[in-house]
Amino acid sequence: MTILGFPILSLIIFSPLLGVLLLFFVDRERSELAKWIALLASGVTMLISLPLYFAFDIDGPAFQFVERVSWISAWGVEYHLGLDGISLFLVLLTTLLTFISVLSAWTAVTKNVREFMITMLLLEVGMNGVFVALDVFLFYVFWELMLFPMYFLIGVWGSERRLYAAIKFVVYTMSASVLMLVAILTLYYLNYQSTGELTFSLLEWYKLRVGFPAQYWLFAAFALAFAVKVPMFPFHTWLPDAHVEAPTAGSVILAGVLLKMGTYGFVRFAMPLFPVATHAFLPYLIGLAVIGILYGALVCMVQPDMKKLVAYSSVSHMGFVMLGLFALNFQGVQGGLLQMLNHGVSTGGLFLLVGMLYERRHTKAIAEFGGLMKVMPIYATFFLIFVLSSIGLPGLNGFVGEYLILVGAFQVEPVAAVLAAFAVILAAIYLLWMYQRVFFGKITNEANAGLKDLPLREILVLAPLVVLIVWVGVYPKPFLDRMEPAALRLIDMVQSHAEVRPADDPPSTVWGLVPSGWLRPAPTGIEYSSAEISSTDDGLFPRTGTQPEERAR
Amino acid sequence: MNFSLSATDFLTILPELILCGMGMVVLLFDLFGSGRNTANLAWLTLLSLLAAGYADITMMGQNLMGFSGTVTADDFSIAFELIFLSVTALTVLLSTRYVHERGMGYGEYYSLLLFATAGMMLMASSLDMLMIFIGLEILSLSSYILCGMLRRDARSNESALKYFLLGAFATGFLLYGMMLLYGATGTIRLREIAEALRHEEVFVNPIAWMGMGMILVGFGFKIALVPFHMWTPDVYEGAPTTVTAFLSSGPKAASFAALIRILVEGLSPMQEQWSQVLWVLAVITMTLGNVVALQQDNIKRMLAYSSIAHAGYILVAVVVGGAEGLGAVVFYALAYTFMNTGAFGVLILTADRGRERLTFEDFRGFGFVSPALGVAMFIFMLSLAGIPLTGGFAGKFQIFKSAIDQGYIWLTVIGMLNSVVSIYYYLRIVVVMYMQPAGDDSLQEPPRASIPLYTAIALAAAGVIYLGIFPSGWIGISLQSVSLLTAGG
Repeated sequence: MTILGFPILSLIIFSPLLGVLLLFFVDRERSELAKWIALLASGVTMLISLPLYFAFDIDGPAFQFVERVSWISAWGVEYHLGLDGISLFLVLLTTLLTFISVLSAWTAVTKNVREFMITMLLLEVGMNGVFVALDVFLFYVFWELMLFPMYFLIGVWGSERRLYAAIKFVVYTMSASVLMLVAILTLYYLNYQSTGELTFSLLEWYKLRVGFPAQYWLFAAFALAFAVKVPMFPFHTWLPDAHVEAPTAGSVILAGVLLKMGTYGFVRFAMPLFPVATHAFLPYLIGLAVIGILYGALVCMVQPDMKKLVAYSSVSHMGFVMLGLFALNFQGVQGGLLQMLNHGVSTGGLFLLVGMLYERRHTKAIAEFGGLMKVMPIYATFFLIFVLSSIGLPGLNGFVGEYLILVGAFQVEPVAAVLAAFAVILAAIYLLWMYQRVFFGKITNEANAGLKDLPLREILVLAPLVVLIVWVGVYPKPFLDRMEPAALRLIDMVQSHAEVRPADDPPSTVWGLVPSGWLRPAPTGIEYSSAEISSTDDGLFPRTGTQPEERAR
Repeated sequence: MNFSLSATDFLTILPELILCGMGMVVLLFDLFGSGRNTANLAWLTLLSLLAAGYADITMMGQNLMGFSGTVTADDFSIAFELIFLSVTALTVLLSTRYVHERGMGYGEYYSLLLFATAGMMLMASSLDMLMIFIGLEILSLSSYILCGMLRRDARSNESALKYFLLGAFATGFLLYGMMLLYGATGTIRLREIAEALRHEEVFVNPIAWMGMGMILVGFGFKIALVPFHMWTPDVYEGAPTTVTAFLSSGPKAASFAALIRILVEGLSPMQEQWSQVLWVLAVITMTLGNVVALQQDNIKRMLAYSSIAHAGYILVAVVVGGAEGLGAVVFYALAYTFMNTGAFGVLILTADRGRERLTFEDFRGFGFVSPALGVAMFIFMLSLAGIPLTGGFAGKFQIFKSAIDQGYIWLTVIGMLNSVVSIYYYLRIVVVMYMQPAGDDSLQEPPRASIPLYTAIALAAAGVIYLGIFPSGWIGISLQSVSLLTAGG
């Protein structure tokens, strides 16, 4: 399906390449021109992606705007794109944040501007590709390809320890993703064995019932690749390094979009492909998510560096997302999906703000500041909005997401939900404390007295994010409505397919991975089936929208 | 046995004949030609390579046999011959300026390249151990001399001598192994050896097993498998860079072709055993090659170790066997040719008259000094590291896909983790090119332009990308080329 006959998803993916092509012909010295071309290219991409929001049909098929042509016939690889309610918002987030990042880099990047812009645009190609690819081979191609632009962003335009951070980023991600490739190849052959068809089509693979113990191993390989990306504790150590060293635009994209690829991978691949394994590993994954939530929050309390603080808060917030998704009920999954967007907007915004301050003072240490409220009132206001959104103040976006997640998690793992709720308090402590030290009081440091407030360009950078924060906070229905069918489908796939149990006499250990007694058996599939969810109606945030059947009437 | 010769006999080895004949013409042309114009010699060489390639393409699919079944021109040999011709053609393009400036641009250089190519082609097309040996010797003798072409350079002399001594040693092993196998089976024809080995009393003969072991050792030296790799770094470092580019892709592929011929056509009854030996060799070759490459400061040496590691990947495909596995060998050999000669091409292009720029330090800031070459080098490194949309990835994918199909999951996991290790050192070039400022000693301005060199690098880059994005065509040819081998076995 396409809009007005245009292959809109391909257009969104590849229109930044036009900008790249133009940039190749720009003289290296003319950096102003390079900036305008990049802004135009990312702006056009954003404009092309907007119609998706309106044309997306909630009652329509699972995947919309599908494009499908054969690519590498020898392997059965297809160029297969499609969009559902989950990827819809991630694509919109990507195009918006890329545009904003290009604008934010206007004065921050001074050397090799043309190359910087080329890198940003290539990154956008890779990110959009990851979110809409429905062929697993194609997904893997984009997944690997977007590593390298980010590697360059950190390595070329980063700060002092950039080489270390860049290499660490690549090696961490690659180590995990090559194991995922092994798992992909294995699935490819399992699928071939059962259907006799050589294909990487995800939709075909969904029908596959992977046997045991292979399912545990394959899930582990996929989960590892995505857990590194999220990042889940204890695979998070690359993140603070990458964030601190990356230029502002890089951090915004990293926090806003790249981390979402990990959670997206769980939702799109690991969980629906391996439902029984998902259930088996669930207690451990929830445990790691909760550890990540608390650990990230505690580390934030003692951070003297603003950027590192925001980076560690990402670990905590992404833990929330994972907790919601692993709750595997309607509220939890909806909350997790929504919180993916919220985190992209709020944390992306915080990185932008820290970057703006860094550009003026060339330091990110909290101790260097104090009393900024007096010299930069507009900046202080924006900062407060993003801080409050990140804390989860009711009426702003963070509250909706976190509330849904906690409601969902409480139904399955009350202890996990209670522990995670502490992190909401901790977030208020570390963020407000940082805010207090930076903005309140007297100006103690002379260097801060002459700081200039935000010019129009920087206000324009932040304004769209503020609009989103308030919109999602006050009226999340349009977002939740569009995610709903995808969320229900995910729950259905994981819960109902989990009925396919391991053979009657399970091996004493799962291929030596863990003793099978450690793994939780899958539920019978009745407890949270989609039918039951539609009759549940409780809590402050009941399911928004109506059931597809009702709407059809 | 019938000894009468027919036209078909000569048609079968027509490409080899063209190359040998033209090799002599090049020598004569150098002697009597106008004023030692080395450019003309290069064009003449390219022309003969093109002619041989044309002959190869016309023979495709005919499966000719010649000289009472000792040589063949089946699709397997033709696919490999096309690879060898591409290696040599790229090497000739890369050589024009380099050899001229270093006073080795005489007829000998080009004719030796042609002879070596003819030797490689003979190795791929022989069905008889003696013919394989002759091909190998033609190749080896030519390469020993090529390594020592920089007569006044001590390292080049060291390289030639070392290569010669260890090469002779390896040849001894190989010949001894062939002799033992002949003793056990009573024939030197590969297909007859396989026939003989199917008999129980021959199969259990320890002489035959010693023969197999010796042959594996001999080829282990030639392909530079660990632990027979010791000569590689020194030889590759000391040889003229153009020769290194040639050696690390061409002869290696040729040895693989001959090894496959011997193992699959001749020793197929012993497959279970030799594949276990090669399993171990593949793992240690990949791992040691990659780990030692991490510590190199000289790019030429780094590429030498990387070529060891890549031989390990290809060996995985040999272990896997079957149409998919052997097809992957053919596919990977071409992909490796493009990425490896391309990377060497950048090194050759940056070589000044006086000195070559071979250390990582020399390339500081190179990506911004010379954007086009920087991007080309980046593409070659990505391909060597096996990143999607490059030929290197398609090749690895094909190898590991066939390995998973046959249940070699651990071999695949080890291979994959190895390619992560390799990413570190391939990206090190990218790090110095783009992320470190140019130093006093590094290149300050783009290297001098040279059309043949740029052509070679552009062709290699285009080949890498083409194989990465549209691998289907070459996959088809490579699978087709091994269909006879696997069907017969």
